[in-house]
Amino acid sequence: MTIVRPYGDTTGDGMVQLSFTLPIPYDKRAEGAALQLAAKMGMDPAMLVHSRQMGDGFTFFVVYGRVRHLVDTEQVQVVERDFPLLSAKEVNAAIKRGLRRRLSVVGACIGTDAHTVGIDAILNLKGIAGEKGLESYREMAVLNMGSQVSVPELVEAAREARADAVLVSQVVTQRDAHLHNTRALSAAFREALPAGRRPLLIAGGPRFDELMAGELGVDRIFGRGTTPREVASYLVHAVVEGTR
Amino acid sequence: MAGKLDLDPRVVRKARRLAARAGQPVVDLARSHTTVSVERAVLRLAGVRGADPDGIPWVNRLVDAVVADVGLEHGVSLPVFDALRDYGDITVLAQKAAAGAVRFRVPSSSHAARRTAVKFARVGLARVDRRRAERDRLIKRWGDPSQRPWIYLIVATGDIHEDIPQAQAAARAGADVIAVIRSTGQSLLDYVPEGATREGFAGTYATQENFRLMRAALDETSKELGRYVRLTNYASGLCMPEMAVMAGLERLDMMLNDSMYGILFRDINPIRTFVDQRFSRQVHARAGIIINTGEDNYLTTADPVEAAHTVTVSQLLNEFFAHEAGLADPQLGIGHAFEINPDVPESFRLELAHALLARELFPDAPLKWMPPTKHMTGDVFRGNLLDGFFNLAGAMTGQSILLVGMMTEAVVTPWLSDRDIALQNVRYVLGAAGNLHEDFVPARGGFIQRRAHQVLGEAIDLLDRIADDTLLNAIADGTFGIMRRPADRGKGLDGVAAHAGDYFNPVTELLEAS
Repeated sequence: MTIVRPYGDTTGDGMVQLSFTLPIPYDKRAEGAALQLAAKMGMDPAMLVHSRQMGDGFTFFVVYGRVRHLVDTEQVQVVERDFPLLSAKEVNAAIKRGLRRRLSVVGACIGTDAHTVGIDAILNLKGIAGEKGLESYREMAVLNMGSQVSVPELVEAAREARADAVLVSQVVTQRDAHLHNTRALSAAFREALPAGRRPLLIAGGPRFDELMAGELGVDRIFGRGTTPREVASYLVHAVVEGTR
Repeated sequence: MAGKLDLDPRVVRKARRLAARAGQPVVDLARSHTTVSVERAVLRLAGVRGADPDGIPWVNRLVDAVVADVGLEHGVSLPVFDALRDYGDITVLAQKAAAGAVRFRVPSSSHAARRTAVKFARVGLARVDRRRAERDRLIKRWGDPSQRPWIYLIVATGDIHEDIPQAQAAARAGADVIAVIRSTGQSLLDYVPEGATREGFAGTYATQENFRLMRAALDETSKELGRYVRLTNYASGLCMPEMAVMAGLERLDMMLNDSMYGILFRDINPIRTFVDQRFSRQVHARAGIIINTGEDNYLTTADPVEAAHTVTVSQLLNEFFAHEAGLADPQLGIGHAFEINPDVPESFRLELAHALLARELFPDAPLKWMPPTKHMTGDVFRGNLLDGFFNLAGAMTGQSILLVGMMTEAVVTPWLSDRDIALQNVRYVLGAAGNLHEDFVPARGGFIQRRAHQVLGEAIDLLDRIADDTLLNAIADGTFGIMRRPADRGKGLDGVAAHAGDYFNPVTELLEAS
């Protein structure tokens, strides 16, 4: 079955919940306005289950209702994992066998972004969700430059470390900072190094669209919930097996 | 509150003794060095205002000019107040110096320059004193919040003119303390931007004019509410001392000020940080400002269970440095956070043990209790529940300042409705269980007591090692928060100098004399 509808408590009921704020005080008219929005969003019938005025001029609404839209799972485009997920042991063995040296990784938060939580989760020994970070892989040499690293500094460090891969993490998305920074990164590497010597460029962060790698000029984007093991497996796939 | 954990007072005394031993060499270092930001802070207090057409403040231009002529090691006060005789107005002097029209020297007979410098510094400190007295008066008139913990809310739009109505709305909705988060990246600017600003990234630039505008707006709201609403900003990064001076001049009430945060999380040079930190805390002490330390940060990079003792160590060091700089216990908003993975068995009991340990170690300090961030996954429903438990832990362990957690942490900058839901959560918990700390006494020898003893024991072991190895080496080795930060590296090192024999700083002299 490729056509599905949202599921409330019965197959095919199409039920969804929605919450939003309108910049008007609470009254009967505000309730009507909320229902009008829900109707325009395709909810029919819509039930206004909660309204609450906040401050002078705002009201918060929760709406439950049935949507008429259908979704076709056949038409969904996603980046499916196109490489096998390896264990730490397999990663180390593959690097040893394939490269005969340690795989060099340089990571940083670039631009003004000070949120190292993403890059640290992937690189730090500590790792995330029970998986140790790349620093724990015997066959990887990891340099974590931390936060607010400038792009030229990162290029220089990558050159010095003969990086096979450069990982950048971007959390702050205000005014699309994560997109601007990533483009600046790929442009700088393209300018500084010829194609054959350019490290693999990987961007990660919770608000990236994984489909945007090409547009941003990087080799791969990892989104929310990525674990160190996935990144390590990808590195083996792309660097060691040379499939990029 | 005393005695819920059955802590042995001898063990607690030992922990403090070790913290003092570990911290003293750093204090000696701070007393024998200066930085460009300390010197700029002195000039700000002395009345240098404004910036050049590129937005670089005149204090930066003046300090750069003095350093180019005579170096930093004498301090800028003698050269500047020596040259001032020929110019009269100190901002005019800065402008002329920037144009290359002034030749600075270290006067051989420095009596006159010293006298002038002290006079200017005194005028600046008197302004800080007046702002402090004004705060005391307004608190008396409008009153403190009726409940503990005080409710602390963050505003962060990037635009001061958007921040103001949001902050006022937050205060009306129950916030007792408003913190205006700074733009990402301001930490690493070696100057303070000027004027009212409307462009920031994930926060609003801290400028003296933004401070003034926000304080004036909150005064209006305080009057309307009959409750003094406090304002918080950040003395961190490369301009820590100047932020402290600006906060004192504009009557901010709290400042984030951690002794090691800049080193560990911003890769700022350790010596620069310790020198800047000491001066900024001396200014905060004078201004009656409550500092907020940043122990929450350790828990976001290290494991909050395994690294719980590093928080205690940092708290004890922060306390030692704060006392040394002249801050009194009611000014120590020592930090800690609710960051244990909720999937860890007994995570809530562990949180209670850690929170109560901080409460018992620092009974007279207004502890700042910070909400979960690391395990806020985007599942806003679960996030709201986690925030409820965080609020409950705060009520049960008698925390003093509660930073309101947002269920949309790590998703978006808080929406109006997110803030409203978060405040409902706080109000429900405080209303239903605000005084639960009166009844909450962990069982003798039970899980919570044992855990607290264990953390304190591990903290003492670590302090022991730090005291023997020196704090600078411990930081270089990555003892805190995994990062390794050697003393000869990091940002801002070129703005540090060891005092020459004739180093003179009128502000430090006055602050240490009082």
